[in-house]
Amino acid sequence: MIGYRFRRTTILGVRSLGLHKLRSALTALGIVFGVSSVIAMLSIGEGASYEAQEEIKKLGSQNVILRSLKVLEQTGSAANQDVVSYGLKWKDYERMQSTMPHCRFIVPMRVIPTEARFGRRALEAQVVGTTPEYHDLGNVSLARGRFLSSNDRDYLRPVAVLGAGIARALFPAVDPIGQEIRLGQFYFTVVGTLAETGGASGTGGSQADDRNRDVYVPLESLNARFGELIVHVETGTRTMENVQLHSIIVSLVDDRYVSAAAADLEALLKRYHRVADYQVIVPLELLRQRERTKQIFNIVLGSIAAISLLVGGIGIMNIMLASITERTREIGIRRALGAKRRDIVLQFLVETVVLSTSGGLLGIVVGVAIPWIVEASTKMPTIITGTSLVVSFGISVAVGVIFGIYPANRAASMDPIEALRRE
Amino acid sequence: MSLETAPTSQENIGRDEDLVIEIESLTKEYRLGAETVRALRGIDITIRRGEYVAIMGPSGSGKSTLLNILGCLDRPTAGTYKLGGKDVSKVSDDELSEIRCQKLGFIFQSYNLISQLNVVENIEVPLFYQGVDPRVSRERAVELATLVGLGDRLSHRPTQLSGGQQQRVAIARSLANDPLFILADEPTGNLDSATEAEILAILNDLHRAGKNIVMVTHEERIAGVASRVIRLRDGLVVSDKNERDERLAASASAGPAEGRSA
Repeated sequence: MIGYRFRRTTILGVRSLGLHKLRSALTALGIVFGVSSVIAMLSIGEGASYEAQEEIKKLGSQNVILRSLKVLEQTGSAANQDVVSYGLKWKDYERMQSTMPHCRFIVPMRVIPTEARFGRRALEAQVVGTTPEYHDLGNVSLARGRFLSSNDRDYLRPVAVLGAGIARALFPAVDPIGQEIRLGQFYFTVVGTLAETGGASGTGGSQADDRNRDVYVPLESLNARFGELIVHVETGTRTMENVQLHSIIVSLVDDRYVSAAAADLEALLKRYHRVADYQVIVPLELLRQRERTKQIFNIVLGSIAAISLLVGGIGIMNIMLASITERTREIGIRRALGAKRRDIVLQFLVETVVLSTSGGLLGIVVGVAIPWIVEASTKMPTIITGTSLVVSFGISVAVGVIFGIYPANRAASMDPIEALRRE
Repeated sequence: MSLETAPTSQENIGRDEDLVIEIESLTKEYRLGAETVRALRGIDITIRRGEYVAIMGPSGSGKSTLLNILGCLDRPTAGTYKLGGKDVSKVSDDELSEIRCQKLGFIFQSYNLISQLNVVENIEVPLFYQGVDPRVSRERAVELATLVGLGDRLSHRPTQLSGGQQQRVAIARSLANDPLFILADEPTGNLDSATEAEILAILNDLHRAGKNIVMVTHEERIAGVASRVIRLRDGLVVSDKNERDERLAASASAGPAEGRSA
């Protein structure tokens, strides 16, 4: 019986909304915008932070990254010197290997930008001298052949593993494995190629952004051939740099040792470096910072969107109040014919809930469409979470109830005699 | 036209069951600012089953107030109002709604149909609040619409009907819940005299079919159709008699009447 009455009341509500189609549509539009902006904003925010987090994750959450830093203000007459010497030393690497606990492995890297050439094809590449453990960091995966081995290191073999971009550029048609390429003025044999890696951030080259342009060679082989000095030739000036290692990645057995290890490393480096010509990067901390930023970002975006929902709710209340004034007589008639107060409350509440619910459903459609359009047109990643759909729809229904209660109560509390007298 | 729509559920022989309305020393006061207006100042009225009562009085006599209380739209300040033996002078708002829903039929001067509903749906409104099954209520509404001569206008909206037709719908609606009595407030106030006659004829038919009618009016001409006229003045009953019978008696024995009236 109650179900039947509720159904009839709902039909009645929908019908009376149908009497003012434009008005109802405009009122629901407020909710449509509210819900769709909540969904769209959250999905864009989620997408942006997801991208950033992926980048950080690539650095490895259980790693501590040390990077050489060029210190501009050198003490004394350093500026006059021909050779600029700074950064992490081979000795630092050795000390770490002997003192650091909880290490899986420590991977040193030295990067020399130079030309890679095969036959007539040539392009700028980052030659990364490193150890076989680099592969175990999990940043790169082999497409063909093998990675560097300990034998390569021990025998100073001139072997190279090509990044996907280099491999594609130098060997568009030929199988690169076993071919000899020239790096700078030295010949190296290709033993493997890497799979394409996405994203723009790499740990391979300290400055290199694109790991696809890296060429990996054994660190010892690199040092033996290229020597210690790197010569940069820029317009008019020639600078020589002596950087023993550009970066060291310390990979720990578990990410709970990361903070302690970072502090130890910092202390260790501080003792042997006069100036802070190094940088300690803890991806895990960056990740945590990102999480916090993301939370704040989401709260801000969410509340902006929630305000538009609130405005939509006020719109509903406004229209319902006007509608009630307009329909005072109808309310009086219904009361005289036996409607209880709660029947009137239900009648008007149903109208607001129908308005806000249909607005909410439409808002979900629009809210899903907006990120899709944004992603298609700007390549900005967006992620629509199920929670944002459920939450925003739930809020829209709640808005209908909350903003409907006052007008509905006002309608129901009218004196039937007064209501009947009203023209 | 058949008006046997009121199935008198039980044979009422008992005297008390015959009493539809019992009002005893009923008063109603309003507070207007600092002033207290005594709209009704102690009224006693008893109405029996089958009576056709007209309540008359000039404006300010308290007849609207009495109408509201009779219609269970308002509660008296003091005194008792028994409707079908049940005291309704102190019940809650919800109970008043329930009583209006189950026991009263309203006919208003301005018809008071709901403009967005058609004829059948308007007649169904009281049944809707009774929770009657939609198929049953629809059938009954169609039956009642046919009864008042609107069988061919079932899905018309009130705005598509003449004043007389609208009032017929209102009459049909007042019958929908088979009420204890029909409360008519100036039912012909907005109608021309031809339509007025039609509506009064229908009410008369209803009365003859056994319906109780209480009609509030300020026109002598209209009150003339009722079997009993209650006159109010300044919140008190000043006269309460069967004027129609008196008139008949008066016209039947025109001669000796002179001596009696002295």
